[in-house]
Amino acid sequence: MNSSADPFVSFREVQKSYDGEILVVKNLNLDIAKGEFLTMLGPSGSGKSTCLMMLAGFEPATNGEIYLGGRPINKVPPHKRGIGMVFQNYALFPHMSVSENLAYPLQVRKMSGADVKAKVKRALDMVELGDFGDRRPAQLSGGQQQRVAVARALVFEPDLVLMDEPLGALDKQLREQMQYEIKHIHEQLGVTVVYVTHDQTEALTMSDRVAVFNDGVIQQLSTPDDLYERPQNAFVAQFIGENNTLSGTVEHIDGSKCTVKTDGGDTVIAEKVNVDKVGDRTTLSLRPERVELDPSSAMDDVLPGKIEELIYLGDHIRVRVDVAGNDEFIVKVRNRSDMRPLAAGQAVQIGWNSSDCKALDFTG
Amino acid sequence: MSEVSAQQNPNAILSDDGVPLKQKLARTTRTLKWRAFLLTLPLVLFLFISFVLPIGQMLLRSVHNPSASNVLPQFAEIIQDWDEQGLPDEAVFAAFVDDMQTAKKNREIGKTIGNLATRMNYEMPGTRSLFTSTGRKVNKIKAGPYKEALLKTNKKWDNPVIWRTLKRVSRDYTPAFYLAALDRKYDDDGNIVRADELYQIYVSNFGKTLGMSVVITFFCFILAFPVAYLLSTLPMRTSNLLMILVLLPFWTSLLVRTTAWIAILQTEGIINDILVYLGVVADDGRIQMIYNQTGTIISMVHILLPFMILPLYSVMKTISPSYMRAARSMGGTPFNAFRRIYFPQTLPGIAAGTLLVFILSIGFYITPALVGGEDGILISNLIAYHIQKSLNWSLGAALGAILLVVILVLYWLYNKLVGIEKLSFG
Repeated sequence: MNSSADPFVSFREVQKSYDGEILVVKNLNLDIAKGEFLTMLGPSGSGKSTCLMMLAGFEPATNGEIYLGGRPINKVPPHKRGIGMVFQNYALFPHMSVSENLAYPLQVRKMSGADVKAKVKRALDMVELGDFGDRRPAQLSGGQQQRVAVARALVFEPDLVLMDEPLGALDKQLREQMQYEIKHIHEQLGVTVVYVTHDQTEALTMSDRVAVFNDGVIQQLSTPDDLYERPQNAFVAQFIGENNTLSGTVEHIDGSKCTVKTDGGDTVIAEKVNVDKVGDRTTLSLRPERVELDPSSAMDDVLPGKIEELIYLGDHIRVRVDVAGNDEFIVKVRNRSDMRPLAAGQAVQIGWNSSDCKALDFTG
Repeated sequence: MSEVSAQQNPNAILSDDGVPLKQKLARTTRTLKWRAFLLTLPLVLFLFISFVLPIGQMLLRSVHNPSASNVLPQFAEIIQDWDEQGLPDEAVFAAFVDDMQTAKKNREIGKTIGNLATRMNYEMPGTRSLFTSTGRKVNKIKAGPYKEALLKTNKKWDNPVIWRTLKRVSRDYTPAFYLAALDRKYDDDGNIVRADELYQIYVSNFGKTLGMSVVITFFCFILAFPVAYLLSTLPMRTSNLLMILVLLPFWTSLLVRTTAWIAILQTEGIINDILVYLGVVADDGRIQMIYNQTGTIISMVHILLPFMILPLYSVMKTISPSYMRAARSMGGTPFNAFRRIYFPQTLPGIAAGTLLVFILSIGFYITPALVGGEDGILISNLIAYHIQKSLNWSLGAALGAILLVVILVLYWLYNKLVGIEKLSFG
């Protein structure tokens, strides 16, 4: 039990139901290593926040056990778990000043006045709000409140910090800045972070590993690049990043490759990821930037198509093409000076390598 | 800044037709303002007639009582020059007798000798008969010297105290009713002294009213806080049902609710019957729970409870459960989180609720009148007594004015301590 490979947080066959009829979390098994930044990503209602609430101790698990540092914590009340938490709307106590907010977790630990003062100051300096100790939370901007909330969750030096969509209320620019700040704090302190969000960019930017939730089940648990490059199923492919889909039927399987006949009648070679046998229906997944328009070199799959629409975005052009029976097919074309002029209605060839085309489970 | 400079600048911004922009703007908004004001006009008028005027009247009446000068107009004027040594001189007596004879003849309402006798009796209990009997004999006095003639009708006129009191009473404006309301009076020499012990009822009743209001407010708070908390945390459907139970008493007549308490609390009532049946008390030892302070407190707590629950609920409803969760996650025990995080945030609701219940109970009338018995009555019952029974409206008005001042002072104090801007009635 004492080896460093032991997980710090561990969900063992955890189930959760609120009404006794529907399982919000279905049989969850998840190990989180010490010092890891793990993100639970998923659409709303996917069970990710419920998992966080169970870990924090605000919701009891209906079945199964959660371990923290090797110790089962199902029966430990929240205030004895020693877990720091950043809430969606910060939950800064409105009747206390910023310093008093930060002092609260230290005072309940019966720390001496001088220690409290020193730690509060250090925490405020860490988030660059050293001069704001006397302000009330309402007098701070959204980004400043966010930082106070982070400082408050860290000030009592917990080993584990939970963050429940902490950046949801910020505007885009501030959100990106805070992502880096939180990431840096995590690296500096080496604290374990479990982060919940529905924003895939946030998840990819910050995390060591991402658990993609849907329908109460972890669809895939991987590093950010793995999630993007090698999605295990159609949901993950669809949820992470932009994605083109083609529906078809598996005609032939050859090792890690398979041949798929699309509903448009074309034959395509794809990487076999989530299909079992010949005759299976499948959804082919293709990233827009991995597809080439009028390929110059030889490619595994080349299909004829027709340009439907051009959207100019500066550094690249999004081209919507009608290919293999899908007229929502997006191709990203880099904006180059030697590019041949494109126009709607133009007939083009569309090509990709079979390793970029994943045959996943069929979603209709 | 731009507004100021535009005003001072001779080249202020002009609209297309050459009128300064500011003027133009004022013109366009004026109609809107007038229309808005006209909409509130009925309410303003209503408040003026039903609120401002009566209170003004009451305040005036508490210091202004012309019943003596109405009956004795000539006397009231010349007595003021009297130096209060011995008896007044002949001219004063002449004016007195003449005024009494006039009053005897004309029986105008409010200007009879009876009115004067009542007024004098407030100041000098026991003098009523002197005035009424003199009223009967005054027409026999045909000619002077009037002093002698009057003394012949009744020896008591020889007492300088009566004349000094009469001088005081003849002034239209008098603090006498406030003195009476504060258990004070003028002694024979015109000094302010405490009233006789028998008549000292008002100050102690004010004290009792305040004390009982504090007790009632306290019990309301103790009972309302958990209910409001429950209401604010339960799921919508259950809390709506509970809310109806809270509001149900609101929709029932005050009189019905008070009488219900009589049925429950009286010596032959439900509670006593049950206690006797259970053998807790003997049949001849039934507990007196009504027609005393206990009865007043129980029924007033019940009646005023919604006024505490509603402001508390409206504040608690806005306190996000994430505050408590945050406190718990930081290591606060449930009790500590409640005391340091939740409770302070409910203060605006507590402030509003206690203020509301306290002020309402200070002026409560019906319930103490019905269930208060002898020692459970409040100051408003005494005011009502003077308005309806003794018809000493000036004293009633003075008591009412003192009550108003007490409430205003408390309100001010409250504002100092809690801050009125923190108040939230939801």
